[in-house]
Amino acid sequence: MLPLSNYTICIVPLRKITKVLFKEVIYLMQKDFLLEWRQKYAFNGMLLYVSSTVFVCYLSFGLRSNALQVPVWNALFWIIMLFTSVNAIAKSFMQENRGRLLYFYSIVSPQGIILAKILYNACLMLVLALICFVFYAFVLGNPVEDIPMFLLSILLGAIGFATSLTMISGIASKAANSSTLMAVLSFPVIVPMLLMLIKMSKNAMDGLERAASLDELLTLLAINMIVVTVSYILFPYLWRS
Amino acid sequence: MKKNWWKILTVLLLVFTVAVGMLSEVPRLAILNETIRNLYFHVPMWFGMILILLVSVVYSIKYLRKPSFRNDIIAHEAAKVGILFGVLGIVTGMEWAKFTWGEYWSNDPKQNGAAIGLLIYFAYLVLRSSFAEQQQRARISAVYNIFAFAALIPLLFILPRLTDSLHPGNGGNPGFNAYDLDSSLRMVFYPAVLGWTLLGVWIINVKSRLELLRQRIYENV
Repeated sequence: MLPLSNYTICIVPLRKITKVLFKEVIYLMQKDFLLEWRQKYAFNGMLLYVSSTVFVCYLSFGLRSNALQVPVWNALFWIIMLFTSVNAIAKSFMQENRGRLLYFYSIVSPQGIILAKILYNACLMLVLALICFVFYAFVLGNPVEDIPMFLLSILLGAIGFATSLTMISGIASKAANSSTLMAVLSFPVIVPMLLMLIKMSKNAMDGLERAASLDELLTLLAINMIVVTVSYILFPYLWRS
Repeated sequence: MKKNWWKILTVLLLVFTVAVGMLSEVPRLAILNETIRNLYFHVPMWFGMILILLVSVVYSIKYLRKPSFRNDIIAHEAAKVGILFGVLGIVTGMEWAKFTWGEYWSNDPKQNGAAIGLLIYFAYLVLRSSFAEQQQRARISAVYNIFAFAALIPLLFILPRLTDSLHPGNGGNPGFNAYDLDSSLRMVFYPAVLGWTLLGVWIINVKSRLELLRQRIYENV
C-alpha cells in the first residue's frame, strides 16, 4: 500500500502547483492587459512605429502598388516585423518600476511571470503583426496568393518572436545599456526563426501546395518549444537578482 | 607528470596531424586536389568549437546550480576559446572555399550559420562587459549562455540539413561520409579532432588558472 499512498501524495501537490501557476499566469496577464489599456502609450506608440516604418519604406522605394518583387516584398515585411517586435517587447521588463518588481517577487512564482509575459507579448505581437500586414498590403500591394497560409506564418512568427524576445528582454533589462544590448543579443538568436519564417511565407506567397511548408512549420514549432522550455527553466535564476 | 599525460598526448597528436597531414598520400579527387588536406585543419575546428562551447554551457549550468567564481571563469574562458576556434574555422573554411567553390563567401547555409553562431558569442562577450557587479555578471551571462546555446543547436544542426548546401553531407545524409573518407584520411582525421580539441582544453585550463590567480591577488591586495 505504501507505494500507492506515496504516489497520491506526490500527485496532489503537483496538480495544486499547476493550478496555482495557471491562476498566476491569468492574473498577471490580466494585469498586463489592464495596464496597457489604461496607459495605451505603448500600444499606440508601436502602432505609429509600424505605420511610419511602412510608409517610409513606401516612400523610399518610390513606387506604385504591386511594383515590388515578391522576395523583396517578403524580406521587407519580415524586417519591419523584426524591428517592431524588438521595440515592442524590449519594454516588457523595462517599463516595470523597481518597487512593483519587488512586489511581484514576493507574491508570485517566476515561472508564472515569464509565462504570463510570453503569452501577453504573443497576443500583442499578433495584433501588431496583423495590423502591420493589413497596412503593408494596403500601401505596397498584396502579392500573397495563399492568404490563410501567410496568416499562419504570421501567427507562428508572432509567437516565436514573443517567446525568444521576452527572455532576451529580461536579460537585457538587467544590464546598463539595455536598449543597445537588446538588439545585439536578440538578432543572432532570432535568425533561425526568421529564416524559416521567410521561407514559409515565401511559399505561401507563391501559392505552393501547403505540404511544401510542413518542414518549416514543424521546425518553427520545435524551436518555439525549445525556447519556451529553456526560458521556463532559466527565468527563476534571472529573476532572483 | 602523471596528471599531465594528456598534454603530452596533445603535442604528439598535433605533431602527428601536421606532419602526416602534410606529407601523407591523399586520394586524388577532382577540384579538391591537394586542398583535401584542409580536412585535418578546418573540420576539427568545428568539432572542437562545438565541444568547447558545450564545456562552456556545462559550466554555466554548474554555476547556476552552485555559484562559484571558478565555474564562471571556466565558462567564460571556454566561450572565448570556442570563439577562437570558430574564427579559425571560418578563416580556414573561406580559404578552402576560395579554391574549391571559387568564392570566399558563397552564401552557403553552413557558412551563414557559423557566422551567426559567432555573433551570438560576441554578444555574450558584450553582455558580460556591460555589468560592473561580478555576481550579477556571472549569473546573467550564464543564463544567456545556456539560452544562446539552445538557439544555436537548430541553427547549426537542423537548418543546414533542410536546405541545399555546398558542404558535403547535406541535402539528406547527415554524416561526412560523402567525402569518401577512406581509411588513410580517417587515420589522420580522428587524431586531428582529438588533438585540436585537447589543445582547446589546454588553453582553457591555463587561462582559467591564470584568471583565478589574478583574482586571488586582487583579494589579497
